[in-house]
Amino acid sequence: MDKNRDDRLRFHRRELLVGAAYLTLGMSKAHATMIVGHLPWTPNAGNPPTAALPGPWMFFTGEEGRAIEALADCIIPPDPQTPGGKDSGSAIFIDRQLAGPYGRQEGLYVRPPFMKGTRSQGHQSEQGPAQEYREGLAALDRSCKARFEGKAFAMLSDSDKDAVLKGLECGEFTLDGADGKAFFAMVIRDVQMGFFADPIYGGNRDMAGWKMIGYPGSRYNYLDWVNRHNERFPLPPVSMTGRAEWTPQTR
Amino acid sequence: MAKILPKKDVVIIGLGWTGSIMANELTDEGLEVMAIERGPWRDAPTDFPPDYMQDELRYRVRHELFLRPDQLTFSFRNRIDQTALPIRSWGAFMPPNGVGGGGVHWNGEMWRFLPSDFVLKTHLTERYGAAFLPEDMTIQDWGITYDELEPFYDRFEYLCGTSGTAGNLRGRIMEGGNPFEGSRSRPYPTPAQAQPFSHTLFGKAARELGYKPFPQPSGNLSQAYTNPHGLRMGPCTYCGFCEWFGCSNYSKASPQTTILPYLVRKPNFSARDHSEVTRINVDKSGRRATGVTFVDSSNVEWEQPADLVILAAYTMFNVHLLLHSQIGKPYDPIANTGVVGRNYTHQTISSVNGFFDNKKYNFNPFIGSGSIGMCIDEFNGDNFDHGPHGFVGGGYMGQVQTGARPIESTLVPPGTPKWGAAWKTAVKENYLSTVKPGTGVHGSFYAYRDIYLDLDPTYSDRFGRPLMRITMDLKENEVKQNKFLTDKFAEIIKTMGADKLAIQYRTAPYDISTYQTTHLNGGAIMGTDPTTSALNRYLQSWDVSNLFVLGASAFPQNAGYNPTLTVGALAYWAAAAIRDKYLKNPGRLVDA
Repeated sequence: MDKNRDDRLRFHRRELLVGAAYLTLGMSKAHATMIVGHLPWTPNAGNPPTAALPGPWMFFTGEEGRAIEALADCIIPPDPQTPGGKDSGSAIFIDRQLAGPYGRQEGLYVRPPFMKGTRSQGHQSEQGPAQEYREGLAALDRSCKARFEGKAFAMLSDSDKDAVLKGLECGEFTLDGADGKAFFAMVIRDVQMGFFADPIYGGNRDMAGWKMIGYPGSRYNYLDWVNRHNERFPLPPVSMTGRAEWTPQTR
Repeated sequence: MAKILPKKDVVIIGLGWTGSIMANELTDEGLEVMAIERGPWRDAPTDFPPDYMQDELRYRVRHELFLRPDQLTFSFRNRIDQTALPIRSWGAFMPPNGVGGGGVHWNGEMWRFLPSDFVLKTHLTERYGAAFLPEDMTIQDWGITYDELEPFYDRFEYLCGTSGTAGNLRGRIMEGGNPFEGSRSRPYPTPAQAQPFSHTLFGKAARELGYKPFPQPSGNLSQAYTNPHGLRMGPCTYCGFCEWFGCSNYSKASPQTTILPYLVRKPNFSARDHSEVTRINVDKSGRRATGVTFVDSSNVEWEQPADLVILAAYTMFNVHLLLHSQIGKPYDPIANTGVVGRNYTHQTISSVNGFFDNKKYNFNPFIGSGSIGMCIDEFNGDNFDHGPHGFVGGGYMGQVQTGARPIESTLVPPGTPKWGAAWKTAVKENYLSTVKPGTGVHGSFYAYRDIYLDLDPTYSDRFGRPLMRITMDLKENEVKQNKFLTDKFAEIIKTMGADKLAIQYRTAPYDISTYQTTHLNGGAIMGTDPTTSALNRYLQSWDVSNLFVLGASAFPQNAGYNPTLTVGALAYWAAAAIRDKYLKNPGRLVDA
C-alpha cells in the first residue's frame, strides 16, 4: 500500500514537472515556431516591463550609494517646487539599471579583440556600464580623499562638490584609474535619464520631472488637442502605472 | 548535416515589408510560399499594447525592438587605410529584427522619389556636364523610370492608406501639395494629417519666404481606412510614440496592419520565426539557387529547398548573405571590379533646434505622429540650379517633429550648463516652447568608389562567419550640400520667431555612434550593366536567375527622401515581373 502511494506520488510529481516544463516553453517567446493559417496569438502573451521596487541598493555598495546620491543632487539640485536627483529617485534608477541587463551589456557585441578606435568608431571598451560605475565611483572618492583631507565626494561642502565636478567636466580634475570626464558625462546622462524616464524604473518619483516641464505622460490620445494651437494642455501627467492617487496602497 | 524539408515553390528570406508584399503577390499565383524570419512574430496586443508601449527608456534608449548586436553586427571604419572595429552597440542606424521588420518601428514617411532621381547620372551629366561631378563619385541610373514605377507607388500608397495632399495630379500642379513631385495617377487615399502649432508655424514662415510648403505624406492615418485587402486601420491619435515604437492603435502602416492578417489565412502560405537563414544554396553551376539553409532557435540546421528564392531582408543583411553565399562578384574598390558591396550609401541629415519665448509660444510638443510635418522641396534633387553652388544633390526639409519624449527632448539653449541649477531652470523654461525638428534636413547621399561593404578580416559572428565591414565617410559634396540646406532651414526656423537657434551641420568624419536614420542603401544595386550592378531592372540577380533581391540594397545611390515607399513600390514592380514574365518562362528577364 505504501509502495502504491509512493508510485502515485512519484507519478504526480513527474506529471507536475512535465507540466511545468511545458508551461515554461509555452511562455518563452524565444523559440522557433511555424505560422500557418492564423495569426499566432495567445491570451496574456504580453511582456510588460519589470517595475523597479523600492528598498536597499541592488548594485551599489553603501559608499557608492552615498556618492551617487550626492552626484544626483549636484546634477539636479532640489528647489522649492521640484525635488532634486536624490529624492526623485535617480540614484535608485541607476542602481536598478546597473543591476539588470544594461549593466551587464546584455545583447551587445562583446567579442574580442578590443582595440582603441577613433571617436567615430564608437564605444570599444570591454567594460560594461556596471564596471565603469564601480571603477569611476571608487576613483572619484580616492581622488577627493587625496585632495580634501580624507573626505569622500559625498562628504564635501556643496561648493567643493561643484568645483570637483566642474573640474571633471573640463578635464582639469583628473581621476586616478578612470577617465573622469567620460565618467561624469555618463553620470549626467543617467541621472537626467532617470528624472525623465517612466517612474516604473525607480526615478522621476511621483512624476516630478514630468510635472516640472509640463509633459503629460503616457496619455495616448491627443485627437482633441492637435488643432488647439498655443493653448496649454491642462491635464496632469500619468505614468504607465497611472497616478499615485489612483493606487493609494503603494504610497 | 542539415535536416531537409519538403520543397516549396518559393522561399522568402525575411518577413518585413518586401517579404510580406512578395508573399502576398506570389500566393495569389497559387504558389506554395514559405517565409523564414530571423526574429520573433510581433503584433500590437503582444509586443506593444497601449498599456506599456509608451516607454521611452525601453524602446528608444534600450532598443527593445531592434536586432541585438550579439546576434549580428558589422564592423566599421571611415577609410580604407584604417582598421575596422565592431559596432558593439547600435548608433548611426537601427537594424530591424522580427516579423514586420522596420515597418514595425518606422515613422511612416511616404515619399516618392523625383523622376530625375531614377536617371540621375544622365540627368546631371546633361545639365551640368560630366566634369561637374566629383571624380570618385559613382552614381548611376536605376534602369527604371519614374513613369514605370508610378503604378506601383500608387499601389503601395493605397495599401497603406497614406494621408497626404497631392501636388501633381496627372500633370496638373495642385495647390497645397508638393509642386515638385512627379505626376501621380490618383490623389492620396486619405487627406493629410492635422498639424500641431509649431508645424503650421513652419508652413507660414516658409510661405513668407516664398516657398511652397505642404504636409508630409504620412503612413499614420488621418482617418479610418479599409485597404484593398479589407484590413481596417484606425485614425492616428498623435500620441507621439511612433519611430522606435510599435503602434498599438493600428494607425501606422506596417505589414501587421496592411498585409499579414490577410496573407496568413491563405492555405499556400506559411512562415517560420526565430529562424535565421545562413546561406542561399546554389547548384554546381553556381547559376541556380536550390533553396536556403537556416538555423532555428535550438541551433538545429535545416535546409528549405525551393524553385525561387526571394532575398527580402534589410539592406545590410541582403548584402551580407550574398557575400556569404558567394553569389555575385564581391566589389573591389582598388581594382574597381565586382558588384556586391558596391555603391553603399546612407542619408545626409542635420537639424536646427529653435528656442522660442515661452511667454508667447506653447507648442505642446508631445503631440505628434511619426510622419507629421510641414515640408518644402525647393532644395531637393535637382529642383534648383546647382551650378553656382559646386555640389549635387539635396533634400527636403521641414518641421517634422514627431513628439517630445522627455528623455530625448529636454533641450536647453546653446551656452546653458549641462547640469546643475541653471540646467534645471532652463529645461523647465524651454520644454514647451522649443522646436526640435529631429530629421529636419533630409539630404541625399550619393555613391563613391571607396565607400562600400565587404567581409571583415578579424571579427566574426555567433556562427563564426566574418562580420560585414562598412567603409563609409562623408565626402565634400555631401558636406557642402548639407551646409547649404541647413542654412536655408535655419532661416525658416528664425522666421518662425525663434530667439535662439542650435544649428547642427552634418560634418566629416561619418560617425557610427550617433543616430542618422536607418536609411542604408546599396551594396546589391539594380542597373543595366552586370559589371556595375548586382541586379537587373527587375531586381533579379544577374548571376542566379531564380534569385530576386528586394529592398533598398538595390538603390544605386540615395535620394533626398525616406526610402520605404520606393522600397515597397520596387517590391510590387519585381512581383509583377515575376508574375507576368518570369513564371511563364523562368530564366533571365534581361539579356546582358
